[in-house]
Amino acid sequence: MSHAATHDHHDDHHGAPKNFFQRWCMSTNHKDIGTLYLVFALLMFFIGGSFAMLIRAELFKPGLQLMQPYFFNQLTTMHALVMIFGAIMPAFVGLGNWMIPLMVGAPDMALPRMNNLSFWILPFAFTLLLSTLFSAGGGPAGGWTMYPPLSLQSDSLAYVVFSVHLMGISSIMGAINIIATILNMRAPGMELLKMPVFVWSWLITAFLLIAVMPVLAGAVTMLLTDKYFGTNFFNPGGGGDPVLYQHIFWFFGHPEVYIMILPAFGIISEIIPTFSRKPIFGYKAMVFAIASIAFLSFIVWAHHMFAVGLPLGAEIFFMYATMLIAVPTGVKVFNWVSTMWGGSMTFETPMLFAIAFVILFTIGGFSGLMLALVPADFQYHDTYFVVAHFHYVLVTGALFAIIAATYYWLPKWSGRMYSEFWGKMHFWNSVIWVNVLFFPQHFLGLAGMPRRIPDYNVAFANFNMVSSIGGFLFGASQLIFLGVLVHGVFFSKKKATDRVWEGAKGLEWTVPSPAPFHTFDVPPVIHDDELAHGHVND
Amino acid sequence: MTSGVIRRSFTAAAMLASALFGGAARANPTPYQLNMERGASTWSQVPYHLNNISLGVCVVIGILVFGAMFIAMFRFRKSRGAVAEKWSHNTLLEVIWTTIPVIILVVLAYLATGGLTSWADTTGSQMTVKVTGYQWKWRYDYEEYLGKPISKVGFMSKLDSQSDQTRQLDSGLDPFKVKVGDENTYLLNVDKPLVVPVDTKIRFIITGADVIHSWWVPALGWKLDAIPGIVNAAWTNIQTPGTYRGQCAELCGQDHGFMPIVVVALSKPDFAKWLAEQQAKSAPPPAAPAAAPAAASTAAAPKTAQVSAAPVADAQG
Amino acid sequence: MGQQHDAYFVPTKSYWPFVAAVVMFTTVVGAAHWLNAEPGDGGFGKTVLTVGVIGVLAMFFGWFRSVIHESMAGSYNHQVDVSFRMGMMWFIFSEVMFFGAFFGALFYIRMFSVPWLGGQGHGVLTHEFLWSDYAASWGMNGGNGPQHVGGNFSTVPAWGLPLLNTLILLSSSVTVTIAHHALRAGHRGKILVFLGITVLLGALFLNFQAHEYIEAYKELNLTMHSGVYGSTFFMLTGFHGLHVTLGTIMLAVIWLRVLKGHFNKEHHFGFEAVAWYWHFVDVVWLGLFMFVYIL
Ligand code: HEA
Ligand code: HEA
Ligand code: CUA
Ligand SMILES: [Cu+2]
Repeated sequence: MSHAATHDHHDDHHGAPKNFFQRWCMSTNHKDIGTLYLVFALLMFFIGGSFAMLIRAELFKPGLQLMQPYFFNQLTTMHALVMIFGAIMPAFVGLGNWMIPLMVGAPDMALPRMNNLSFWILPFAFTLLLSTLFSAGGGPAGGWTMYPPLSLQSDSLAYVVFSVHLMGISSIMGAINIIATILNMRAPGMELLKMPVFVWSWLITAFLLIAVMPVLAGAVTMLLTDKYFGTNFFNPGGGGDPVLYQHIFWFFGHPEVYIMILPAFGIISEIIPTFSRKPIFGYKAMVFAIASIAFLSFIVWAHHMFAVGLPLGAEIFFMYATMLIAVPTGVKVFNWVSTMWGGSMTFETPMLFAIAFVILFTIGGFSGLMLALVPADFQYHDTYFVVAHFHYVLVTGALFAIIAATYYWLPKWSGRMYSEFWGKMHFWNSVIWVNVLFFPQHFLGLAGMPRRIPDYNVAFANFNMVSSIGGFLFGASQLIFLGVLVHGVFFSKKKATDRVWEGAKGLEWTVPSPAPFHTFDVPPVIHDDELAHGHVND
Repeated sequence: MTSGVIRRSFTAAAMLASALFGGAARANPTPYQLNMERGASTWSQVPYHLNNISLGVCVVIGILVFGAMFIAMFRFRKSRGAVAEKWSHNTLLEVIWTTIPVIILVVLAYLATGGLTSWADTTGSQMTVKVTGYQWKWRYDYEEYLGKPISKVGFMSKLDSQSDQTRQLDSGLDPFKVKVGDENTYLLNVDKPLVVPVDTKIRFIITGADVIHSWWVPALGWKLDAIPGIVNAAWTNIQTPGTYRGQCAELCGQDHGFMPIVVVALSKPDFAKWLAEQQAKSAPPPAAPAAAPAAASTAAAPKTAQVSAAPVADAQG
Repeated sequence: MGQQHDAYFVPTKSYWPFVAAVVMFTTVVGAAHWLNAEPGDGGFGKTVLTVGVIGVLAMFFGWFRSVIHESMAGSYNHQVDVSFRMGMMWFIFSEVMFFGAFFGALFYIRMFSVPWLGGQGHGVLTHEFLWSDYAASWGMNGGNGPQHVGGNFSTVPAWGLPLLNTLILLSSSVTVTIAHHALRAGHRGKILVFLGITVLLGALFLNFQAHEYIEAYKELNLTMHSGVYGSTFFMLTGFHGLHVTLGTIMLAVIWLRVLKGHFNKEHHFGFEAVAWYWHFVDVVWLGLFMFVYIL
């Protein structure tokens, strides 16, 4: 250790408080708050996953098996809301909280108390949301997109709208914090173009969050006033238009899906160079690609609305803009492959998940490109083809990246090595069953099975059964993950070294494992060769 | 010009297709079906071909990219003694893999644009049918045929009773036993199908009564939302007589999964006969079917509409 | 960026964030129950809502008080100051996007949905089949759609109270800027006077807006229920009014803090944050005046 990264003051201002409430509810420590986020996300992943299991059980064979259709719709809606706002997004925020200060040499986040508030809003927001399932009228059942007039028929609309408001406030504050941290808290010498790609991806993601979460808040507010205060935004009889809601929602919704993938790109861009023992290929191009994807994400929203009857010119414009996104995304994929090319690779669990990410995300991207072709989308839209598309990008994309990141950084967090054997078990089970789960859904969609239905014609029976079996086994595989985590945090005997991985570069690996409660109390002195991108000249 | 060329070539492809497949084009979902169906209308070839072409493009790119990756994983593994290179940059390569995708995309966009423009052109239609979505059934009103307005031919179309009984939770009935002939029609059959002629450019006027639905018959190649208070239009020209099944494709509440669509395409003479029968039946006008129901955007609408529509016509395809 | 780091500052732990989460939760639970209240409901929702709102106010008071104490104690260094500034700027950006959603709705409604319902452009068939006797127009008796939702109404003329309010807000922007300059120059008396005027102008604005609303409801029959005209009118002006209210309260707090001598020439982020916010509210108003009242 060449510098004062771990400088530790031994007075009670600076150690972790012993009192449980003080430590976890009053925290201003980025590591503790990051841990809270990650634990919360894991919990939500299991809750959202349980809903998915019920969905797959109902769809196991034709005929209603377990539940009334209305409850099925509630499950679909809740599954998506919990997974998106409860699991994936908080997981990324948790990773950002833990790692960004470590990666840029900051002592903590820029606004630590607001950071704590951002987190603590979430458990309350989800209590509110999930509680609707137990209310008399049931939970929201209009899909996560909440299109009016259907969503206005629900009794739980107010609860859902308010919980969305809370989640929005949480995300916006979290994003502001991340931007301020990255722009203002970097250690001297950590220039913008020397930052890890993960930090870059979060900087851009945070911008997207601040730009679009308020728009979602506005959209759902209009739902609220249309239902309870007699406004007519979405009622043609009063001069409004239900399609207006869709425009506003997707102006949020499309950037939202990139909010769920850009940090994943960042993670993969950390992991692949480490295990290839070779610097990332085309660092600047990678950063630029993320920025272009973010920019384009603002002008493609109507590709979710090709079947609502848009004017021809609009369909064409949104089709072209959407297709363009394949170019910067392709750059990223090619650069990852080129990073591996000529490297000296090993295949520990994080690398395995990263490789699976590159392949399976690309497959999801391919189906996205097919969806972008308007005439073809007239057939695909609202079928299982779309469901297959977005689970490939979300589950084998976003979720796999989160899992990869967890394996990658867990030793740094806990100071112990997880079990490589069980990590690999988790990987192989996940990667096999997730394909059994989602690949046949392409066929179902192409054969004409609509999404959001609890029951179907017998022609769709075979692949649904295959998909359900894959689903149960993929779900069960996540129990291995839970086991590996518990073991790796509390029980593993194997101590992690500071650098953890042989090829790892960057400031986060210069602090001890586990990372002490306070790091970089004094700005570290940065040596360019310690950074992954210390000498960027491309 | 662009769209003209493309439209002609797609139409030619359509002719060829129906020639190859003969009269009974397979159009409804079958077990183990892997790909999109070709459809039964002139235009339904467009999405089918786009689907195949874009899938092909993606498979090729996939093979190249994943192939390179697997080679890398095999050749450059530490256990084989590989030593990491130092380079991290190659401008020429980067330019190449930015431009090639652009070229591919331009080609795809060209094809898609042509198909889309022909879809959007509803002019020159020889028949107009108005489609209204209700929670949870469809209403069809025949507006005009071969230049002559039709009044009072309209009816509700909802899930057939056999499917409806079978689909109840704990019904104890077997979905596999819901059949018409030897075709399983579970959840894909209605009490009264929409009857249309073949070889006719039919314009659909689509709207909703309560919430948004979406009218989708895969064999026609498109779906279009039925939005309360708003009218959308699309057209089809069915080539082969037959029964084509579809479903509502926009979440519309609890029975969204249970509002199928059946289109029966008859030869022109058969259709003319059918239409005459319907008009004869509806001679004593019980209510005004065409104008009333769709205008209201309140949830109360379906009930009134149902009442006024029920006696109008009783069609059996 | 090259800022020089003395030592980093990390604030001590605090229970305010957790309290904030609890009171926000209380507020929305109360509000949701209240909205869903059945006719004979015992007012449970209202009670919870009231408790929540009081809690939120108390929380703001407590949290900001502790921040002010820390600031006065000189704990905040330059870097913290920059973080606060960035925080405030991005917060204002998020507010811009929030208003953007409603302005977007307004533009869509005026440029597309109303004309289409009236049979223009893309709306030919909609008009022909559903609303054939609707002639699209905006404002008086046209902005409430084919079904004349809410009945006949008249609009608020731009050149009366709204113009006055525009002038009021514009001058308040000037006065707050004068106060800022005075602060930099260290003239405390002048700050108090001009900041005081700003607060009064804010209150005056709100007063006129209240009059306008009462007139709209009582005399013009222009209500939330007047079709999309009423919807957009009250949504935009209402949210703006809410922001003016917040801004005025914040200005008043700052005025008190000036009185207590909390700010000096270099160290007055609190003042600046509120001034930025006030300018933002002002700019939104200009947009409103333009697109809601004049055009
Ligand atoms: C992480 C989330 C995520 C990501 C990254 C994407 C990425 C993309 N998505 Fe996806 N999408 C969703 C999440 C996501 N999507 C969700 C949740 C929905 C459904 C919402 C709902 O209705 O509930 C959806 C729906 C959706 C639709 C609407 C479908 C419909 O409802 O009818 C469309 C249509 O255009 C679309 C397109 C795309 C495209 C073009 C991309 C592109 O970004 C993909 C780009 C990537 C590649 C193309 C692969 C790599 C590139 C190369 C190897 C280069 C060479 C390739 C070529 C030249 C082909 N998506
Ligand atoms: C990031 C987001 C995300 C994630 C991670 C997932 C994960 C999964 N999703 Fe989800 N899904 C969406 C986002 C996501 N989904 C969205 C946006 C929609 C659209 C909703 C809409 O239409 O409005 C959707 C819709 C959707 C549908 C279509 C519903 C319909 O249209 O009717 C289906 C059906 O198969 C499905 C399945 C699954 C499955 C099986 C998983 C699995 O990957 C889950 C695996 C996880 C677990 C199972 C939890 C962990 C394990 C346990 C709890 C142990 C116990 C389990 C066993 C022993 C079996 N999802
Ligand atoms: Cu009607 Cu779905
Ligand atoms: Cu999208």
